Amino acid sequence: MTAETADSTEAVGTVAPAADSGFLQRYGGTIEYVLIPGAALVGALAVFGIFVAMFGKNPLDLYFYMYYGAFGTWFSWQNTLTRAAPLILTALCTALPAQLGMVIIGGEGALLIGALSATSAALALQGMPPLVVQITMVCAGVIGGGSWIMLSGALRQYRGVNETISSLLLVYIALAILNHLVEGLMRDPASLNKPSTREIGAANMIGSIPGTDVHWGLVFGLIAAIASYILIYHTVFGFAARVAGGNIRAAKIVGLGVSKLILTVCFLAGGAAGLAGMVEVAAVQGRTNANLAAGYGFTGILVAFLARQNPLAIIPVAILLGGISASGGLLQRRLGLPDASVLVLQGIIFVFVLASDALYGRIGFLKGKS
Amino acid sequence: MADGSIGLWTVPLAVLGGAIRVSTPFLFVSLGECITERSGRINLGLEGTLVMGAMSAYGISYLTGSPWLGVLAAGITGALLGALHAGICSLPRVNDVAVGIALMLFGTGLAFYLGKPLIEPTAPRLPAIDFGWWSDIPQVRAALRINVLFLIGVALAPILYWAFRTTRWGLLIRTAGESSDAARAMGHSVRLIRLRATMVGGFLAGIGGSFLSLFYPGSWNEGLSSGQGITAVALVIFARWDPLLCLWASLAFGGAAALGPALQSVGVTSGYHLFNAAPYILTLAIMIITCSPKRTLTGAPAELSITR
Repeated sequence: MTAETADSTEAVGTVAPAADSGFLQRYGGTIEYVLIPGAALVGALAVFGIFVAMFGKNPLDLYFYMYYGAFGTWFSWQNTLTRAAPLILTALCTALPAQLGMVIIGGEGALLIGALSATSAALALQGMPPLVVQITMVCAGVIGGGSWIMLSGALRQYRGVNETISSLLLVYIALAILNHLVEGLMRDPASLNKPSTREIGAANMIGSIPGTDVHWGLVFGLIAAIASYILIYHTVFGFAARVAGGNIRAAKIVGLGVSKLILTVCFLAGGAAGLAGMVEVAAVQGRTNANLAAGYGFTGILVAFLARQNPLAIIPVAILLGGISASGGLLQRRLGLPDASVLVLQGIIFVFVLASDALYGRIGFLKGKS
Repeated sequence: MADGSIGLWTVPLAVLGGAIRVSTPFLFVSLGECITERSGRINLGLEGTLVMGAMSAYGISYLTGSPWLGVLAAGITGALLGALHAGICSLPRVNDVAVGIALMLFGTGLAFYLGKPLIEPTAPRLPAIDFGWWSDIPQVRAALRINVLFLIGVALAPILYWAFRTTRWGLLIRTAGESSDAARAMGHSVRLIRLRATMVGGFLAGIGGSFLSLFYPGSWNEGLSSGQGITAVALVIFARWDPLLCLWASLAFGGAAALGPALQSVGVTSGYHLFNAAPYILTLAIMIITCSPKRTLTGAPAELSITR
């Protein structure tokens, strides 16, 4: 924190034209995008350390166990990557509409609907070859989640309903639908304490990447993130989306179909989160129940903002936050911290990252001046 | 069920009682958000404020033995979170919607963290006034056991309506919300007006939270609030930023939210979860009906980012 403020005061009152240092001029912006969120992260960790110290825990122990639980051993790495997989996908649910200037925070709802659709597809196709079932599950998850967020986009475009609020309301509606079906129509009579659907079957699970305990969902996430990056920055469609996000009137004047853009982008965004739901069913839970509402959708919002809505940057950020949540168990066991401490840390990080938005373009030595 | 004589009348009675009981948090959060939004800023973080308010009210009530001190503590906690929101939003280029989302996560997380030891003990609860003394029917008496906070909220709505129209403070808040340039030209600090409006909004939302933990449902647990805060924010939009309409909308919502438990009490258990989602479905439906892509909503403060 103190380092940041020192930097920003330094920037005040320097309007000298760029003289040399082509390197900073060219890469200053990129460095800024790494440096400022990084500093925000360090600041948030420091504040969390103070917070924990107030409860009589040693902050140095905290940092050690966080590191150890997230990246210390091969076991914790695998745990981290397993948690990062759905985070990459749910973060895309916020990052893709953000290109159009929309703030969608309903990834959790799309995840639940995607999981429900994928489970239904698998249960309907029992007895078919596993590959057929798995491909259908992917399609069902993407279509289910995609339609869910597309609904928010359509409401915004055709009825002027604010997409932030509608997507969040849809989370609660999705959760109600899931609970309703899991405790009624789709309930496995054998699930007594925890109402669940029937299992999709061991043969239909997507399994782990060979040599690891990390499931294939991570690969799905990586592919989706890279594909999104290419779509946004290297295709005409992505360019049109960014134009519409920058200035909607200009986009209309040059004849871009804004409605189509909004609906398509929202579908892709929801599809990513729906895929996360499918992965959680087909790689972790094996069935649908209320366990799926584990908050991946909400952490995904944080990942997207921390990555500044850039699909490629989402990958490392998701791994980082996956690590934080992976270390939660160790913090609970070794330091006796409540499981909500991960939530507190995430909240502090989020606040710091947003507050650090004020610093862009204000750090003197990155502006390419002498 | 226990008293078969009134049969199915149990349902409308329970909905009425629920409208009074369940609407109180909606009412306080929406009135608070109304003040904040009229000043030209939206605070989506009131969901977190509500949960923090519920937790701190329960904690203070448990420690001091006085539920009213708990209510005060909830209000102060809410005002502090409001100050945090306003403080971050006053930095350049910071989006108030995003800050709201961040504080929603932060408030909920902090409340769960600090509230861990409070799940077990029982704290003294707020007293209720018995307005059903004239009736012999237990359901009527249950429906009319009304909490003082509800009455305060009901009184607050017309007071705010009047204050927005006629007082100096009301005018200042509206000026900041309609045109920050005009407020600045009059020599007032828009930042300061919004800071105060957000703090008052947070104070009210915190009190709404104290009702959850100290009266109905009347205990602290992590599933206490599921989206009441965010529903109340949406409610302000279709109440057209009018405190009186906020009151009616809150009552309608309370009734909708009470429908599930009411039906369950007469033995209709299928679709329980769907009925529980009724307030969210209702919010969405009303927003679909009342919003339009062609014009901004009537009564919307011009500076509000969410309607621009």
